[in-house]
Amino acid sequence: MEKKPLFQKWKTGLGKTRTGLLARLFASKEGINEAFYEELEEALILADAGAAVTERLLDDLQTIIKEKKIADRVSARNELAGLIAKAVTTKKPFSADSGAAVVLIVGVNGVGKTTSIGKLANSYHEQGRKVMLAAADTFRAAAAEQLGEWAKRADVAMVRHNEGADPAAVVFDAIASYKAKNCDLLLCDTAGRLHNKANLMNELGKIRRVIARELPEAPCETLLVLDAVTGQNAVAQARAFADVCELDGVILTKLDGTAKGGVVISICETLKVPVRFVGVGEAIDDLQPFDAELFAQALLANDAEA
Amino acid sequence: MAFEGVSEKLQAVFKRLNSRGKLSEADVKEAMREIKLALLEADVNFMVVKDFVKTVSDRAVGSEVLESLTPGQQVIKIVNEELTRLMGGEHAKLDFGNQKPAVILMAGLQGAGKTTMCGKLGAYIKKNYDKSVLLTACDIYRPAAIQQLQIVGEKLEIPVYEHGTQNPVLTAKEAVAEAKRKFIDVVIVDTAGRLHIDADMMEELKKIRDAVNPAEILLVVDAMTGQDAVNVAKSFHETIALTGVILTKLDGDTRGGAALSVRSVTGKPIKFSGIGEKLTDIEPFHPDRMASRILGMGDMLTLIEKAQSTFDEKKAVEMAEKMKTNSFTLDDFLDQMEQMKNLGSMEDLMKMIPGMDSSKMGQAQIDEKQMARTKAIIQSMTKAERHDPEILTASRRKRIARGSGTSVQEVNRLMNQFNASRQLMKQMSGKMKKGKRGGFPFGF
Repeated sequence: MEKKPLFQKWKTGLGKTRTGLLARLFASKEGINEAFYEELEEALILADAGAAVTERLLDDLQTIIKEKKIADRVSARNELAGLIAKAVTTKKPFSADSGAAVVLIVGVNGVGKTTSIGKLANSYHEQGRKVMLAAADTFRAAAAEQLGEWAKRADVAMVRHNEGADPAAVVFDAIASYKAKNCDLLLCDTAGRLHNKANLMNELGKIRRVIARELPEAPCETLLVLDAVTGQNAVAQARAFADVCELDGVILTKLDGTAKGGVVISICETLKVPVRFVGVGEAIDDLQPFDAELFAQALLANDAEA
Repeated sequence: MAFEGVSEKLQAVFKRLNSRGKLSEADVKEAMREIKLALLEADVNFMVVKDFVKTVSDRAVGSEVLESLTPGQQVIKIVNEELTRLMGGEHAKLDFGNQKPAVILMAGLQGAGKTTMCGKLGAYIKKNYDKSVLLTACDIYRPAAIQQLQIVGEKLEIPVYEHGTQNPVLTAKEAVAEAKRKFIDVVIVDTAGRLHIDADMMEELKKIRDAVNPAEILLVVDAMTGQDAVNVAKSFHETIALTGVILTKLDGDTRGGAALSVRSVTGKPIKFSGIGEKLTDIEPFHPDRMASRILGMGDMLTLIEKAQSTFDEKKAVEMAEKMKTNSFTLDDFLDQMEQMKNLGSMEDLMKMIPGMDSSKMGQAQIDEKQMARTKAIIQSMTKAERHDPEILTASRRKRIARGSGTSVQEVNRLMNQFNASRQLMKQMSGKMKKGKRGGFPFGF
């Protein structure tokens, strides 16, 4: 397999803590037995896939193994990776790639929303797009300053208000500026909010309505930023955000650590939304388009291959 | 979120088994599957779950089912005890050491909430220990991180030491020197978020630690962290020898299994938790309460404590007396309602009750407006009527309905409610007289 830098970066993380568990598992000359499934269960659970998804994946794997009469562990593993990849694959293209669009970035506190926007801004700016940023996190101290720093690095324009201002008003002004400057991509940062706070969540609905009213011609995608280290609560997060602002996709950040982000399998399946990007580091170009195959491989990767 | 409490699931399992007397191995095995799933759903690390389930099964097999408990409750009791033991029973206090100034070093992954927590902790120390605090900005990497700490400091009126993006080891040292000069008691050092596998950054953290000799080295962990919490905590602990942990974002609806994972790999206590967006939203961590939250059983202890602090003890004694003599009047009914209101919003209360998960809140919401109407009805009665509701004739009821802006139907409904609760009181006082143990009202 061709080694892409992204995959390597994922793997450096993986190799460091995974104490050869899967290496042992797949290198074993033993065939497919109870112990094999138990170890797979452990690997999936430790990757945060969740108990229910794990059980289902292993049931499906068992069926395939029987149907195809698979006897060796390497082929079985590839089948499992295929199942995972299938679960997170989407055919729907990202609307921002095909013309003028608005991207609303949402998520709980500390997942990497502002950083992801900075990286997105840079990437689309380099592709020749005219990008406008809306600093609609008016709550966290110095959030606008942080986004401003990214805007400077990426060389794109930004609209901000003072701390405590109405975030919908920031977006409104950013749209005016976006129109005046003939931009073709508006990226809106929002304050981190826990998904069980009704008032804060309603604020997002308002922002999305302002966008729909002021820029009806441009498609708007809401992307949920998820920290790969998050556990099963991510499912509740995704559901709640989908309820107030129509979720269109996920950005999975901090995949350069040892966490695998397996919880997105459940999110992709239940909400029928794709993962759009993955964050793999702190540099400005460390945000990459999501690759389902790589994700599945990384989820089941082992030391022997790293 | 939409997750049935483990308590209910266990009851269901045992209902099928219909165990009596002692718990058999088969009973326990089936129960353990539920426990295992509940703990995994709560994000407790897989390895920790395995060990835990083994301990609990060993204890549960052959144990006597107490008379007042069903087998399900018996297992829950053992699980709860073991969880509490694992979490470490008592709340662990801050240790300021014997050096002045005392240094508190904050470390953690990106986005765990370190900077905000530095501010919250500073304010907490100022208020509860009456010590002066200096915040120190050692995150030189994230854009505007220094500014964020400065704004937090300004809001809390706590001074912030920063020296731009120079080597954070130097900045930390300078801050301690500054604190010495100004006779400041506590220095809280905010550090950059870092991945536990980033060797260079972990080395930097070690150097900061060695330069300032902290009394407390606290790992800040997001309560929503999944399985990886174990790897993170282990690496940080191995590198800088933690003295404690702070759990942030506990105001979310996460079950917070990471708390158990972190505790079990580091052996260090969780000292505080972040419970909201405001800079005052910090609480000493209560390990025993976390156990039932992880199991999805709600926070009964907090509820009980809240009830104890709100309910007037004298009134409670009076009430008990009234129950015994069966002289419960409409005035008492109103009184009780008022006390309930003092406990806080119904919504908050419901959340603390086991089995009342948020998905069911929709149907179970109590109408506070209805409570106001009830109050109006009772207050529209004469003193005599309130003491002896038997005298309420049709014409009296009509007058009361007019006086309270309600209808006769509503007055009737209230009277039915009142009679029902009076009946209940009668039954309860009967039981109390016989000296029989009441058992828990909520299944646990």
